[in-house]
Amino acid sequence: MAAGPRLSRQRLGDLTYDIVTGTCAAAVPFLLVLLVAVIARAAWPALSLHAADLLTGNTWDVSRGRFGALPAIIGTILSSLLALCIATPLAFGAAIFVSELAPRRLRAPISFLIDLLAAIPSVVYGLWGVFVLVPLLRTHVMPPLMAVFGALPLFRGPAYGPSLLAAALLLAIMILPYITAVSREVLVAVPRSQREAALALGATRWEMIRDAVVPYGRSGLIGAVMLGLGRALGETMAVTMVIGNRHAVPHSLLDPAYTMAAVLANEFAEASDDAHLSALMAVAGLLLVITLLVNVIARWLVWRVRQPQQRIAPRLA
Amino acid sequence: MTRRRLVAHIHPLIPRRQRARGATVALVALSGLAAACSTSSPSDRRDSSGNARVATGTRVDLTGAGATFPYPLYSRWFNDYAQRTDVRINYQSIGSGGGIRQMIEGTVDFGATDVPMTDAELAQAGTPVVHIPTVLGAVAVTYNLPELKRPLRVSGDLLGLMFLGQLTKWNDSRLRALNPDQPLPASDILVVHRADGSGTSYIFSDYLTSASAAWAAGPGRGKDVLWPAGIGGKGNEGVAGQVKQMVGSIGYVEVVYARQNFLPVAHIQNVAGRFISPMPYEIGSAAASAFNGAPSSRDLRSSLVNAPGDQSYPIASFTWILLAPERIGRAKATQLYQFLQWALADGATTASALGYVALPTVTATRVLALIDTLAAAPLAKP
Repeated sequence: MAAGPRLSRQRLGDLTYDIVTGTCAAAVPFLLVLLVAVIARAAWPALSLHAADLLTGNTWDVSRGRFGALPAIIGTILSSLLALCIATPLAFGAAIFVSELAPRRLRAPISFLIDLLAAIPSVVYGLWGVFVLVPLLRTHVMPPLMAVFGALPLFRGPAYGPSLLAAALLLAIMILPYITAVSREVLVAVPRSQREAALALGATRWEMIRDAVVPYGRSGLIGAVMLGLGRALGETMAVTMVIGNRHAVPHSLLDPAYTMAAVLANEFAEASDDAHLSALMAVAGLLLVITLLVNVIARWLVWRVRQPQQRIAPRLA
Repeated sequence: MTRRRLVAHIHPLIPRRQRARGATVALVALSGLAAACSTSSPSDRRDSSGNARVATGTRVDLTGAGATFPYPLYSRWFNDYAQRTDVRINYQSIGSGGGIRQMIEGTVDFGATDVPMTDAELAQAGTPVVHIPTVLGAVAVTYNLPELKRPLRVSGDLLGLMFLGQLTKWNDSRLRALNPDQPLPASDILVVHRADGSGTSYIFSDYLTSASAAWAAGPGRGKDVLWPAGIGGKGNEGVAGQVKQMVGSIGYVEVVYARQNFLPVAHIQNVAGRFISPMPYEIGSAAASAFNGAPSSRDLRSSLVNAPGDQSYPIASFTWILLAPERIGRAKATQLYQFLQWALADGATTASALGYVALPTVTATRVLALIDTLAAAPLAKP
């Protein structure tokens, strides 16, 4: 019976391993539940008293107990979407260049540099924004914009520098490496046969990329964009430093604005009365809900796009 | 959810530890055990065995929390005082709001604040709370107008309009009238304010409320203000950073910060009509007549904005230590009174050396008289 103890020892090992990994796996959802519970509990007074005002109110006046978070909600969404509009074409261009067009010698260094951008802490981006981007915008970009397009409400002054535009540009630079890195991996993973088939049918290089490579990787590319959006929504320090921190819905790209994350970063430490603390917790909960929604939509988009994509045929004439 | 649970939740460590520590200390102090050292931590024991003390042999530990503005001075005072006596004071600079909150909770032996407690907050505390002024603070108005050869002159009325966004150009005739012969540019006035709640914002908005009818009718005073114009910066450094960068900007910072960083500061028109720069004498002058109206009152929450006096700087304020003598008991209250007496008398030079403005003699005398009264008064509860 030499095999018996060894077997049971193996079983014990398996069992321990099961328990340890199972605990680890359970810890993550447990933390999420805990997080939501804590925020919901702390936010409850604000939500039960003035949920409607929180979602639709324009006035955030702590001393009079008015907590309308609409400016922060709009600022968060606008700055992130603008950043996405700026970053996505750039990121796709860079990813296509690296995966399809760049000479082999250039691929590794370019990829390395882009990945490096993702490793820079956001405070460093914020400092760069404060000392380089914002002064540049204030002195060399905003005055000509106001001079040329001043008639449009979108470009009305005064040119403070810290503004929705500054935040969107900085966010675009920050999310660029994420979108680029993921899209590059997606494009590299497109099978060689896909490209060869397109070329064999007489496609030019551009047609091959447009009709065979990009459609194949579509779900992955959408995932990359959504990852960027998720990051932009939650980014705090860098945005706080350049957005101007004003509780008002921006009417122009040059207006200062606010984001939900920035409100929390600025006001939480000195919030002393209960209504204020609770309203801030409600803003935190709202931010959590918005980011979760973005993730759910991303999953759904990826899933929807993947369905027909399996049978897509290259649209080649 | 009750307030206490919410707070304990957000600062989970601070109140609980202080509560526990406060309890042990009270026991030790009251029973007068000679072996007090045995309850303290090893590191405390090591330094107390070292130097000879004026002390009675009884170690006393006190905990406080609150304002960040006087923190550098308080920590120096506590340190100097611990060298002379056996009283150790542990102070957490968590902000005026936090100080008031912990005072209401009763989790600290004393609080500290730049913003006086409101009547509602005093009622919430459930025990009499006394405000003891320690030093003076002031808010400087800083600006970025490189063309100016002399400091900008401005009145409270015009400051109010600027921060309301109703006075928008530097070459406005009302500003030119106050600054004749100064090359005021034709550019926009770019307003910078604090984005976080702060005692500095309270003092500044208190001043605007008192000096500008338009401001009083609008945003009013508060630690957090609904700023109708401009951009927000976090902390004094955030506001100063924005002002330094933006030509044509104006903002407000705590005066010690402005002086240490050599920021340009505006001369503000006081009630006597003179333009005053925020220098120690001028700030002290604002406090000189603070308690004339109520010579025997125990309520020293007086606001110093727009104080009378030819030389008074109009945007000044006390910063206070908050005491609840009946809650902490005779032994601790006596220790705190003795500390405050020492701080107001012998600590004034330290305050000036660190850039703070000590209370003028007449005011300090009044505060010391109040402390004497409190020390002599019988406590309702032991």
